[in-house]
Amino acid sequence: MPSGELASKTIHELRALLTAGAVSPRDLLDDVLARIDRLNPSLHAYLGVEPQRLRQQLEAQLAAIPAGRLRGIPITIKDNICIDGEETSCASRILAGFRPPYDATVIERLKQEGAVLIPRANMDEFAFGSSTENSAFGPTKNPRAARLDVVPGGSSGGSAAAVAADLAIAALGSDTGGSIRQPAAFCGIVGVKPTYGRVSRYGLVAFASSLDQIGPLAKDAQDAAILLSVIAGHDPRDSTSAPVGVPDYARELAQPVRGLSIGLPELPAEGQTDDVRRAIEEALRVFQQLGCRTARVALPHIDKAIAAYYIVATAEASSNLARYDGVQYGWRAPRGSGLRGQGSGQPPSPEPPAQSELIDMYLRTRTEGFGAESKRRILLGTYVLSQGYYEAYYLKGMKVRTLIKQDFDRALSRCDAILMPTSPTPPFRLGEKIHDPLQMYLSDIYTISANLAGVPALSMCCGATADGLPIGMQLLAAPFQEAVLLRLAHAYEQHTQWQTRRRALRRGD
Amino acid sequence: MNVISPEVVKQVAWLARLRLEGQALDQLAAQLDDILQYVQQLQAVPTDAVEPTSHVLPLANVLRPDKRRACLSQEAVVRLAPAAQPPFVKVPKVIET
Repeated sequence: MPSGELASKTIHELRALLTAGAVSPRDLLDDVLARIDRLNPSLHAYLGVEPQRLRQQLEAQLAAIPAGRLRGIPITIKDNICIDGEETSCASRILAGFRPPYDATVIERLKQEGAVLIPRANMDEFAFGSSTENSAFGPTKNPRAARLDVVPGGSSGGSAAAVAADLAIAALGSDTGGSIRQPAAFCGIVGVKPTYGRVSRYGLVAFASSLDQIGPLAKDAQDAAILLSVIAGHDPRDSTSAPVGVPDYARELAQPVRGLSIGLPELPAEGQTDDVRRAIEEALRVFQQLGCRTARVALPHIDKAIAAYYIVATAEASSNLARYDGVQYGWRAPRGSGLRGQGSGQPPSPEPPAQSELIDMYLRTRTEGFGAESKRRILLGTYVLSQGYYEAYYLKGMKVRTLIKQDFDRALSRCDAILMPTSPTPPFRLGEKIHDPLQMYLSDIYTISANLAGVPALSMCCGATADGLPIGMQLLAAPFQEAVLLRLAHAYEQHTQWQTRRRALRRGD
Repeated sequence: MNVISPEVVKQVAWLARLRLEGQALDQLAAQLDDILQYVQQLQAVPTDAVEPTSHVLPLANVLRPDKRRACLSQEAVVRLAPAAQPPFVKVPKVIET
């Protein structure tokens, strides 16, 4: 078999080949490792890969798990999901070298099914970003752009680029405001943000605890369904995980989509490009040909989603990131580094002069350990939570969140799924938005509300620009209706060429 | 009209245990001001009769049996500290002598 052939296959294709004995898990891993060796230096999808360690892990897995739904399948893990003994840094200096002593629940479940885990998919530091340019260790490039001058999206940009370029068969990412869906759209693959509470967050390094969800990034809807079936379900270690039964999502794909209704919201068109608008119109025609009905729905508060989100999410982030102080784990600034002696650490009056060596260490560790975007979000979150501003910002943000959730409750009672773009624009160029944080935030306009409302959403490829860059569409459903999203995505894939086109574009890279 | 001044940003930075000085402080203050200006649009949304949402799931009082379970060993945890003298974590001096 030619090099790269196995790495280009899906989980369900490989499962058939592996079960029939036509392919060995060792050959599969070697093929993926050869791709990584050749392409990762330019793509930087991974922060570091240890081939020998992965081969040992495969042998251990094959011996321990005689049969599993993911036996021998290489799956990459975003750098914010804890794997026992593997470096998990959230692409931040402040966690550089941190090796958690336990597995996240999703990792435990993947291991039980025999998966081979490739750690350290690159990301925006602490998942703060929409381009992976905020990684402390350098950006990931979008493999779909021939000149590698385009962002893969973010924050799960490493996961998405790895799957799109066949450096992994599938991936896990996390989504707080679009961090699975937008990179999936930018790299032309399928990404699912499950319902809040569908997947355990135990072992996911927290960004915004009321918004974060772990989900799959995959080459097609069937693979996403297989992965979601493995990772979803109640976990006593996460008190926010929902005690709701998990369907066999892969089996649900066979259900017909005829008669399902697709809701079309009126969206703020500001910043939406013509090629995105046309691709969504074209996708709607496909669903109509498949027998779906359409319904107009209203989401009157969606234009306020970004403002509400950047209050709620930064407030939660600032308290979650308070734990990084250089004491119990992670990185500590060495003695005498930084700005000490210039009076810069002095608390502004009327704060008491609480200077001590310990506080000085906190200040140096956090100032040198966090990147620019992390500092912005910590400051914003600390500000909106502080005395005198709490009601005007944080309380207001939580109230507008209620209105957004009510919008979705109403809209999703009138249709089975809402269709909209994943991003208002096709993938943008490296450096295009990185110096203007507000512009970067605005690019999340269509993804953020699903997190505020807690509803599941799926992104997949539905078109391409004249340059061949992918355009993504997003489907959203009522809580715990992931199966409807996956069915629609699967039916769409069977009747369009975007899936095969994705493969054709990758050949010869 | 600025929503947030560099002086306030500096005060907030102290609360968050971050050091900000000079150009970095001014640049961050300007960016935060941009973002907070944008966020002001929420003030136009009537919310007097709206309850805040801190959490989307209708879960309350999640309980479990009060049973002893295994946890991480002291050794495994202390090993993670950037400075340690097992079984202790080392920190800079906190008591003036």
